[in-house]
Amino acid sequence: MAVRLKTPLSGDDILNLNAGDVVHLSGVIYTARDSAHSRILKLVGKGELPFDLNGAVIYHCGPVVRKTSNGYGILSAGPTTSARMNRYLDKILSLGVRGIIGKGGMNREPFKDRAVYFSFTGGAGSLAAKSVKRVVDVLWLEELGIPEAVWVLEVEDFPLLVAIDANGSSLYGR
Amino acid sequence: MIEAIVEAIRLAVTKIPEDTFSAIRKAYAEEEDETARFNLGNIIKAIDLGFADRVPVCQDTGTITFFVEAGVESPYLGGLRDLLIEATRRATGEIPLRPNAVDVLTGKNSGDNTGRNVPLIHWEPVPGDRIRIAVLPKGGGSENCSALAMLTPAEGWEGLKRFVVEHVKACGGKPCPPVILGIGVGGGADYAPLLAKKALLRKVGERNPNDKIAKIEEELLTAVNGTGIGPMGMGGRTTALDVRIEVAHRHPASFPVGLVVQCWANRRAFIEIKPDGRVDVWQ
Repeated sequence: MAVRLKTPLSGDDILNLNAGDVVHLSGVIYTARDSAHSRILKLVGKGELPFDLNGAVIYHCGPVVRKTSNGYGILSAGPTTSARMNRYLDKILSLGVRGIIGKGGMNREPFKDRAVYFSFTGGAGSLAAKSVKRVVDVLWLEELGIPEAVWVLEVEDFPLLVAIDANGSSLYGR
Repeated sequence: MIEAIVEAIRLAVTKIPEDTFSAIRKAYAEEEDETARFNLGNIIKAIDLGFADRVPVCQDTGTITFFVEAGVESPYLGGLRDLLIEATRRATGEIPLRPNAVDVLTGKNSGDNTGRNVPLIHWEPVPGDRIRIAVLPKGGGSENCSALAMLTPAEGWEGLKRFVVEHVKACGGKPCPPVILGIGVGGGADYAPLLAKKALLRKVGERNPNDKIAKIEEELLTAVNGTGIGPMGMGGRTTALDVRIEVAHRHPASFPVGLVVQCWANRRAFIEIKPDGRVDVWQ
């Protein structure tokens, strides 16, 4: 049985999950890759971050996007390699982020007692895009470009695997 | 002609070659691990969706790379470079592709997959009046796991096997396994990785014509699948779909080994420009 969760996530949502569980996630999530992480931490330091990451889920993803008459459409949106963001992980989680979605795994210690790492299948971008209902907003598009911008996405029943749980268990290196 | 090149890029990013797809279906049929089946099942769904909807299977549509076998008597040789660049630009807007060309100093994305020295174009002059082009859009996650080892001749082929298996283990789930490994041996520090990348153009299961090298390909495939890394690095039977080796003669003091890791989204397409201007596109 898959667990259904909706963002923002609470502490209880997270602490009950175990590595290997399937979660169907709905609600708003934020894409962020290398440059966006660095910018988020810089702006938080100045107290100028334009969105609230408390209970949020961050998606390591740079989508393929088509401009439409009333905004943007997401055509392909699989995860990018999360290990590149290991250097930002502890600070990002300390902002109240409860979940990271990516592929390939991350350092597991920072997740302990506060967050989980969800994995989606790398390269399966056309499938992931089917879970994206709409683009709510996009930030820093001009400066960072399509892949690195923060895309605020509303997803519905995004099927994810809990790959690292808040107890320190991990599906990697089994 | 430009439309045909755009169509080849579209084919490459939206459709996984049949040889690769059937290897993935076989892996799914043989897999018992539940997590591995979750990932392989998603891969199969994503491939079906990409081709049906004509959208990129993977959101990382890669750095567009062209390998050109340039018939020196073709009347289209002179304008080809500009054509390939313009087709890349057009493909980015029309398909669309994700813009993946970033200035190394400013970090600014060019927005259309072109820029200094990109798309990448490798030229090989060949006799005749036909031009044959391979399109290889390769993603960054797998490319980041590519490597070069300058082994000593004493380490040789045994050293190569150790290096490849250890490297695949170290990469784990990062390059989106099940992967395809391209290995280039010999030449030099520049040429071995290029041979390795060209090896990715072969079909799954298409062995090196030299029996001894073909045997090493198969040994390596078995060894890599024995690591248990599995689809997406979360355990399972299939870590690699194929291993291919291409060789050049080496300097007596050197044993260069280039390793290019390709994700399961082993995308490719081919173009042939005939002397009368007709263009064939296939995969």
